[in-house]
Amino acid sequence: MTNLNSKAVASAADSAEMLAETAEQDGGPVRSGWRMLLPTMTPWLAVGLILIGSITLFGLLGPFLVGDPTTIRDQGLTGPSSEFWLGTTQTGQDVLAQLAYATRGSLQIGVIVGLLATALSSFFGIYGAYRGRAIDEAFSLLTNVFLVIPGLPLVIVISGFVPQESRGLWTIAVVLAVTSWAAAARVLRAQTLSVRSRDYVAASQVSGERSWRVIVVEILPNLLPVIASQFVFAVIAAILSEAGLSFIGLGASNSSTLGTMLFYAQNGFALPLGAWWWFIPPGLIIALFGMGLSLVNFSIDEIINPKLKNLRLHRKRARRALRLERELARGTRAENPAAGPTAEESAR
Amino acid sequence: MSYFLRKIGFYAVALWAALTLNFAIPRLLPGNPVDILLAKLQQRGGTVSPEARKAYALLLGGDDSEPLWNQYVRYLNNLMHGDLGVSVSYYPAPVTEVIGQSIPWTIVLVGLSTIIAAILGVGLGAFVGWKPGTWLDSLIPATTLLAAVPYFWLALLLTYLLARVLGWFPFQGGYDVVLTPGWNLEFIGSAIQYGFLPALTIVLASIGGWLLGMRNMMVSTLSEDYILTAEAKGLTPRKILRSYASRNAVLPSVAGFAISLGFVVSGSVITEQVFSYPGIGSRLLGAVQNNDYALMQGVFLFITLAVLGANLVVDLLYGLIDPRTRARN
Repeated sequence: MTNLNSKAVASAADSAEMLAETAEQDGGPVRSGWRMLLPTMTPWLAVGLILIGSITLFGLLGPFLVGDPTTIRDQGLTGPSSEFWLGTTQTGQDVLAQLAYATRGSLQIGVIVGLLATALSSFFGIYGAYRGRAIDEAFSLLTNVFLVIPGLPLVIVISGFVPQESRGLWTIAVVLAVTSWAAAARVLRAQTLSVRSRDYVAASQVSGERSWRVIVVEILPNLLPVIASQFVFAVIAAILSEAGLSFIGLGASNSSTLGTMLFYAQNGFALPLGAWWWFIPPGLIIALFGMGLSLVNFSIDEIINPKLKNLRLHRKRARRALRLERELARGTRAENPAAGPTAEESAR
Repeated sequence: MSYFLRKIGFYAVALWAALTLNFAIPRLLPGNPVDILLAKLQQRGGTVSPEARKAYALLLGGDDSEPLWNQYVRYLNNLMHGDLGVSVSYYPAPVTEVIGQSIPWTIVLVGLSTIIAAILGVGLGAFVGWKPGTWLDSLIPATTLLAAVPYFWLALLLTYLLARVLGWFPFQGGYDVVLTPGWNLEFIGSAIQYGFLPALTIVLASIGGWLLGMRNMMVSTLSEDYILTAEAKGLTPRKILRSYASRNAVLPSVAGFAISLGFVVSGSVITEQVFSYPGIGSRLLGAVQNNDYALMQGVFLFITLAVLGANLVVDLLYGLIDPRTRARN
């Protein structure tokens, strides 16, 4: 997701009109169109990107820097120390080492499920809406049915029936993807319906383009921000569901994720024994990573719904006005001390 | 009228799909419940005769000698009569009885906390979206942290802080075990005390979604022409907020109830496990751990029925409060 901000810094804090203007100046219409798809850099977006970046780095590089997470020592349940930064588990395993490997596992499943679910929702949402009539009816019925059937209980039942030996990473990923694509497909269908009826799509159809080309070239670019946002949500949902599944002992048998860590912490009585260093870090990583992705989504939302962006710009202007007013008030206070507080109050 | 018929028709289809899914899952997946149970029996030193195998197959309702279609018809027929089979882990109690004992706990816990979270979240969201630029509004992105927190981890955290460190609430369970369940003040008080932490977990973890959705809709609604008209008429801001902005902005939150309810139910299944709460989620997980397939499927069916029913009610209400939905169809 980090590539989203590559050019956004330049356009920070510009209004939509100014952005359009600058885009007009330095390039053709195609370029300005792509430029408008990039989110504007805001402090919250920066926080999100930093969170995602550092956790991803930790998951990618961490396992090379830490020791073996399975080594058993005779120092069980010691708190954070200079030797073990995050303490040890009941059997003396290094929590930090486990955390690094588990983060990698969770990110891996999140990305796999995110891609699978996005592919499914794009197919059912876009293709169905584009073809219309019977296919659309059938696809949207299927989507709505999958939407109302509660996902996790279904996943639990499926995982309960699959014997543990054949419950691998991919099985879990496919099951999670199959149960989580529906909400995104419904949004994509609505968007496709509105794009499909535009003139340039009709023109492309009339000129004899094949339907896959119309979808990929004419419709898909308009949906990219929506799909990006859906992908981000799918990754969060997948990491959360997988953590829940592993926590109750139904996760993939050959992988170690943050949920697996919490499973061992819960079954090793970390809670009654007060071993907070064992169960707090895994959940915190999930929460912070999810927060980072949601913050990125906020910025993508501003592209999908420009009203939100105008609001932010409006607010920014209001803040600037407030600051100016305060400075003015401070100026007058220096001359006339009695006028200060009233001016500040009215500004508020 | 056709709107209501369409909705009821859709939920009938969804119900049929859920029933069929429930029938298909054990037959499509690689693991055979009978084999798994027999393997467990052998591990404990039991001998497995063909008769025992046949008995187990009959007990689980999966007699493979019959053609699939007959099995399907009999399965639906059994469901009509409320026969979900016999639970293995609570033998000889029928599945419906086991579920009947645990479902009030979940309905009260999940229902109450969902309603509290929805009211609080929508109310706060309306307020925050109405007054853009306040310090509250700038805190909105921080609520994403709450939305991304795994339910069960929040449960662990709250238990650690409020039950272990501060000792305000009991660790786990649904009521004080020395009391007998009944409609007396002492028991209800105990149930509230035990249910507070699970409820707090669900409210905290689900409030962010409501708040964010409402706030975003509020922002979109505020730039509508009718808000401007209302302002131009000189209506008080409070009246505009209540009668014009909130009422229109809340519609997607109502329509999105389906998705949020699914999330809440999923989250609470695992939350119940953390608190060993005597609800339906703990039963489901217990069934999975004990290879109690009949109970597992029964619980899944009940959860699905409850979610479908709640959604049907919300959809019908939605048709009443928003006439446009009826007109469009």
